Amino acid sequence: MTDDIVRAAGHTDPPPRMGFFTDTSVCIGCKACEVACKEWNAIPEDGLELTGMSYDNTQGLGASTWRHVAFIEQRAPAPGAASGTGMEDVDVFDAARGLADSPAPSADGGEMRWLMSSDVCKHCTHAACLDVCPTGSLFRTEFGSVVVQEDICNGCGYCVSACPYGVIERRPDDGRAWKCTLCYDRLGVGMEPACAKSCPTESIQFGPLEELRERAADRVQQLHAAGVGSARLYGEDPGDGVGGDGAFFLLLDEPEVYGLPPDPVVTTRDLPGMWRHAAAAAVSLAALAVAGFAGRRR
Amino acid sequence: MSGVTGGGAPDAGRRRRGRGRGERAMVPEAEFASYYGRPVLKRPEWKPLDVAGYLWMGGLAGASSLLAAGAQVTARPALARTAKLGAAGAISLSLAALVHDLGRPGRFLNMLRVFKPTSPMSMGSWLLAGYAPLTMAAAAADVSGRYRIVGAAATASAAALGPAVATYTAVLICDTAVPAWHEGYREMPFAFAGSGATAAAGLALAAVPPGQTGPARRAAVLGAVLELGAFRLMKRNMGLAAEAYEESGPRTWLRAAEALTAGGAVLAVCSGRRDRALAALAGTALLAGSAALRLGVFHAGVASTEDPRYAVVPQRERLTARARTGDPGPAD
Repeated sequence: MTDDIVRAAGHTDPPPRMGFFTDTSVCIGCKACEVACKEWNAIPEDGLELTGMSYDNTQGLGASTWRHVAFIEQRAPAPGAASGTGMEDVDVFDAARGLADSPAPSADGGEMRWLMSSDVCKHCTHAACLDVCPTGSLFRTEFGSVVVQEDICNGCGYCVSACPYGVIERRPDDGRAWKCTLCYDRLGVGMEPACAKSCPTESIQFGPLEELRERAADRVQQLHAAGVGSARLYGEDPGDGVGGDGAFFLLLDEPEVYGLPPDPVVTTRDLPGMWRHAAAAAVSLAALAVAGFAGRRR
Repeated sequence: MSGVTGGGAPDAGRRRRGRGRGERAMVPEAEFASYYGRPVLKRPEWKPLDVAGYLWMGGLAGASSLLAAGAQVTARPALARTAKLGAAGAISLSLAALVHDLGRPGRFLNMLRVFKPTSPMSMGSWLLAGYAPLTMAAAAADVSGRYRIVGAAATASAAALGPAVATYTAVLICDTAVPAWHEGYREMPFAFAGSGATAAAGLALAAVPPGQTGPARRAAVLGAVLELGAFRLMKRNMGLAAEAYEESGPRTWLRAAEALTAGGAVLAVCSGRRDRALAALAGTALLAGSAALRLGVFHAGVASTEDPRYAVVPQRERLTARARTGDPGPAD
């Protein structure tokens, strides 16, 4: 089924669909992926700020950030408790001020844990950005990835509003939309993307999507067997609202904790309904005008 | 809204209250997890005046083309001329706004590089590429008094495309991940159709002698009813996203839109066949009301991307409901 979208895009005899499996359980937050991505793709600097969001000063994906490592500090559950932790109303900086007293186990028996996750464009099976692009600048490559042709993009910004993950963005001084290309240039010569190449822990795994899905399922089983009940896959299901992601994840908490939408749906799924409603509205408008001219002459 | 909140046991991650900008109303805030309260979606990068103006003038032009054709058929020359000039002028300005909003205005012709039914912007570009010259031909023929047959054909063709021009803009904004737009895709085209009708009627009332504006007065009333009714229905049916329309920025525009549109329609009826000054006031109010509606809708959309709860909470509730019913995947 994943081959279908590639063939539908006009590629005859395509290679297997390629993608990322990002296993966040082994991410150490080194940001090598961020750096490698910036270096290889020659992405401009886009702000040097200290945010106070743990070690995350990158803040999120955007026109000039195609890999983003998220850092979440939370209190892990006591054994037997529900997945995730209760960090509600805890100010980590307040907690840090009292470091002399910590790290004492909390009353509920949990301890601090640090979640790290390298986010990236999902290269959706049903990609809203690609669907709505009016110029054909965005296209589906033979590898199944979604790439912007920068010599065609006219900066209409439609893809920016269409993306259910908030990934693609217009670069302010440039006017065009930019995002991860799955290192299309490297794939073309048989190399893996720069981020996967640089990842020291194999948190970022690159390969044929089918193979990655099998590997991910094994990894979840392995983690569950090891007592990490909170491990779950995100974006691997071809039955989800975007037809599955070309870049999917193993997470240790709910997706929204990492800033990911829990159940994204490609907006164009409803497009036929939208056109139908617009057609009915257009007919109503015409009828309204006719009604205006009908009746007695005043 | 307890869909996300766990029971007694500590639940997922970092709980954040949606970072409020401006006022909030209606229901207590939903608790939900987010990444440091940061938005999940990107804010629409369109400029408010360009895009709200584009929506407004598209509606004004499309509905004016209908008035122009009707006026031509029923021999109301002043109404026909104003409507034709209005359609041509509004669509020209709206095209200028569209080009101005591009990150690379010099590449605007790339809009006609492909014909792409999955992209409302592509379909709209082709629609306008056909419609705009028709309105200009109709207006030119009317003003010059020459090529009457061509002018009549252009007027009729523009009227055939006009309703699509006025309503496709709803699809344009609803076919996005922006919660306050997408969730209203069923009613938004009707609200835009009504808003286009009130704008076109407003222009006619403001510029045409009252003796010929009977159809415009009726269109104003019917348009106001359609616009306000569809808009209310939309907010009622769209779930949490409706709250974006109650945030302080959009709410001000939408209150103004309601008052100006309803007030303009009432004044239009009162002005009748005689009172030209009152008709002009009514027309101005209707034009302003239509513009305010588009600005309100635009800003509500932006607000719904800035607060992650609009994306996260309905999706989480959907997942919870699906887990409860044991349904493994999306319905379609």
